[in-house]
Amino acid sequence: MRKLLIWLPLALFLIFLGVFASGLISPESKTIPSKLVGKPMPGFALAPAVPGKPGLTSAELANGRPHLVNVFASWCVPCIAEAPQLRQLAEAGVPVYGIAIRDRPEDLARFLARNGDPFRAIGGDPNSSVQIALGSSGVPETFIVDGKGIIRKQHIGAINPEDVPGIMSALGDAR
Amino acid sequence: MPAAKYADEQLADPGKEKQAKALMETIRCLVCQGQSIADSNAEMAGDMRALIRTRIEAGEKPEAIRAWLIERYGDWVSFKPPLDELTWPLYVVPVLFLGLGIWIVSGRLKRRRKG
Amino acid sequence: MIAEAGLAALWLAAALAALQLAMGWMGVSSQRTDLLAAVRPIAIIQAGLTGIAFLVLIYLFVTVDLSVALVAANDASTKPLLYKFAGTWGNHEGSMLMWVTILAVAGGAVAIFERRLNERTLIATLAAQAAIGLGFYAFLLFASNPFARLDPAPAEGQGLNPLLQDPGLAFHPPTLYLGYVGLSVAFSFAVGALVTRDVGTAFARAMRPWVLGAWILLTIGITAGSYWAYYELGWGGWWFWDPVENASLMPWLAATALLHSVTVLATREGLRAWTVMLAVVAFSMSMVGTFLVRSGILTSVHAFAVDPKRGTFILALLAIYIGGALALFGLRVGTVREGSRFDAVSREGSLVINNLLLSAILGIVLVGTLYPLIAESITGEKLSVGPPYFNSAAGPLALILVVVMAAGPIMRWRRDDLKATLTRLAVPLLLSALVLLLVILLAPGIRILPLLGLVAAAGVGLASLAPLWGRNLRRTPLYIWGMVIAHLGIAVSIAGMASESAFTKETLVAARIGELHRVGPYSVRLDDVQPVAGPNYTAIEGTVTAQRGAGKPFTLHPQTRNFPSPQTETNEAAITTVPDGQLYVVVGRADEQGRWQLRLWWKPFVTLIWAGGGLVALGGFLSLIGRVRREMRHAPPREFL
Repeated sequence: MRKLLIWLPLALFLIFLGVFASGLISPESKTIPSKLVGKPMPGFALAPAVPGKPGLTSAELANGRPHLVNVFASWCVPCIAEAPQLRQLAEAGVPVYGIAIRDRPEDLARFLARNGDPFRAIGGDPNSSVQIALGSSGVPETFIVDGKGIIRKQHIGAINPEDVPGIMSALGDAR
Repeated sequence: MPAAKYADEQLADPGKEKQAKALMETIRCLVCQGQSIADSNAEMAGDMRALIRTRIEAGEKPEAIRAWLIERYGDWVSFKPPLDELTWPLYVVPVLFLGLGIWIVSGRLKRRRKG
Repeated sequence: MIAEAGLAALWLAAALAALQLAMGWMGVSSQRTDLLAAVRPIAIIQAGLTGIAFLVLIYLFVTVDLSVALVAANDASTKPLLYKFAGTWGNHEGSMLMWVTILAVAGGAVAIFERRLNERTLIATLAAQAAIGLGFYAFLLFASNPFARLDPAPAEGQGLNPLLQDPGLAFHPPTLYLGYVGLSVAFSFAVGALVTRDVGTAFARAMRPWVLGAWILLTIGITAGSYWAYYELGWGGWWFWDPVENASLMPWLAATALLHSVTVLATREGLRAWTVMLAVVAFSMSMVGTFLVRSGILTSVHAFAVDPKRGTFILALLAIYIGGALALFGLRVGTVREGSRFDAVSREGSLVINNLLLSAILGIVLVGTLYPLIAESITGEKLSVGPPYFNSAAGPLALILVVVMAAGPIMRWRRDDLKATLTRLAVPLLLSALVLLLVILLAPGIRILPLLGLVAAAGVGLASLAPLWGRNLRRTPLYIWGMVIAHLGIAVSIAGMASESAFTKETLVAARIGELHRVGPYSVRLDDVQPVAGPNYTAIEGTVTAQRGAGKPFTLHPQTRNFPSPQTETNEAAITTVPDGQLYVVVGRADEQGRWQLRLWWKPFVTLIWAGGGLVALGGFLSLIGRVRREMRHAPPREFL
């Protein structure tokens, strides 16, 4: 027993060493995925974020077709970078809906005029309540929602050109 | 955008404010580096404080709000780890350490008395 | 030329460290006195050479020699002299050189001043110290040469990160480094004693001043770091159980345990194997701390220059040194004689409980800090371990610990009587009961941990003075004073923590200019908010008038600063300290109706937290002086030099 006890510290140390090494090889991931993937879209009804464009309710998203719901903001720099990809998706016939976080109508109108407007509707979320209800932790994030209103996939960060095929195929799967 | 109502304003009822504050201190800010939403300048932390105060004001229980947030963000969002099959070592290991220590010490004391 | 001279000195020092290790090893195993006799002078010369290399780097920084790459990247001729000087170690290469310099100088000091330890054990210690040094020399010379030239030299340097231009931050790293190196010396002594199977009182006495010194510096480092977080982060918090804070707390916990077990070994020849074990653990905790902070494997509020490659290097050294020492421990500890006997109720018994509780707290902090990493690598699920866990797991143990701390010093060595001890503690127990009654009457609804904290602090504070009762205060040895003051400091600090946690008043409002708001005993008026420009930031500065009751009004100037690169916002809280607490004022952003976010806190007796930390360090310092003076008086005459 005493023999075992003597070697216990070394054994414990080796375990911790393993933890450190594995931490170095695969550091803590920095993204926090939503736990709602695979679950129904939470219910919400957002007022229009810009004049002349409808707002967004969760009921509209369960109309039998898959959609993209893009969580974005005019003050968000990566959102500018993903704008061309969203336009490309919209031109390919994908229904793109927007949720604008903590945004002013005039800022948003300017953003859409400058970067293009792929959105069928944009709901304004002035205090992030829908963003939090979605389990989204930042902008931009994009949710793929199937025809029954179930969230099928969450894309965290800007949609880069190389991400487009993956999103198209996920939309195909959601059909 | 201005901060939401209740992001940086307290509830009128001190009892409810105390509940809200206690909960906020244990909810992790999503966009910061390991701070709670109770001490973060991030706007999203402000929105989460507003959400918590609004719900407490409406009479919701703090633990129900915590559960609602965990349903969305996972256990990561709460600084208070639950006790489940993944986290039991957190609660067992300290007891184990202490038990092992007491066992070593008591064994030696007895031997000493005999000798 | 001068930079090359620095590099040459460093190479020579590294060669001498290799020689020191080789000759020490051979000398100890063959017992050849000529080899043994050579090691001390080598250690001293090695210390001198690294000292020269470090002075050369300081000179290059102060004179802004831009032909040296490191200087060009981190210095600028426009910087104030203090930051040219402190800039020497405000970067990776310079801080590594500082680390080996302190290490080598500590080794040299051991070689010069240690005269009571068995010669072979001392030489084995110096060889171990050289082995630690060699790892860092290798990293410095092969992977991070501080003296590399830059050709052509630029016209101006790139300067120091403006956020680091703070007097506190200039001296924070050296304080911690000195603490860590102190623990490395304790580690070397432990390895030396294991090698020669000489774990006894002389070893404990030789090691004790180094442990004490390291512990004092770590105490200062943690106390200062906590106050910095308190005024800089702007939300009134002073401890967050953040990974970086935990990384600094773990070596302190281990050093505290070691400090007490080494006393048992020095006085009663008990706890031999345990003391050796703790010396290894304490040094490994300081390396684990450095690893966690520098490798960036955990997310922290406190930003650091993070580099996984450096993490790999520190991890490799950790594996070699600590793994090696623990293997040596396993092989040798069976031959270490068991210590002298003692009863469960005795001074030794209380110190054993102290060690047990400190180790358990250390285990909690270590496991809690690393658990998110372990959980994610096993299941891919992310989780957080934060204040609620640490407070509820470590808090109760810490309270038991301070109660034992009150009882220990008035117990007799070897054997005491529980009843007699309680009788001696009657007055403090009475005071605790009184405080319990008062707090429950005056502050009903107080949470259990702060309540117990206040009760314990009162009793323990009084009991910590007990070793002075009935003594002639003038003739009381300095180290007794040191112990009393350090223990009193712990009680004072706990009183501050409990009071802050239980009685803080908070007011958060959107305030219009001219509006009056109340927090605790103060009424506070926001008079004005103006933009101001600093050297490397823009800020808004509030003018706030505060008045306590009908007292004299005074003005405060909180700022919210915006740094452009990297984009950071910091709240510079305006803090007014009065004898019974602090008023803490922050002005944040404005809303669209022109109202300013105003955050006000009244924190009764919060200053006791850091005042207590200061008392603990002061107690350690008095004890160190007392011990060293005593050792010097009893030391045999010098054998050489």
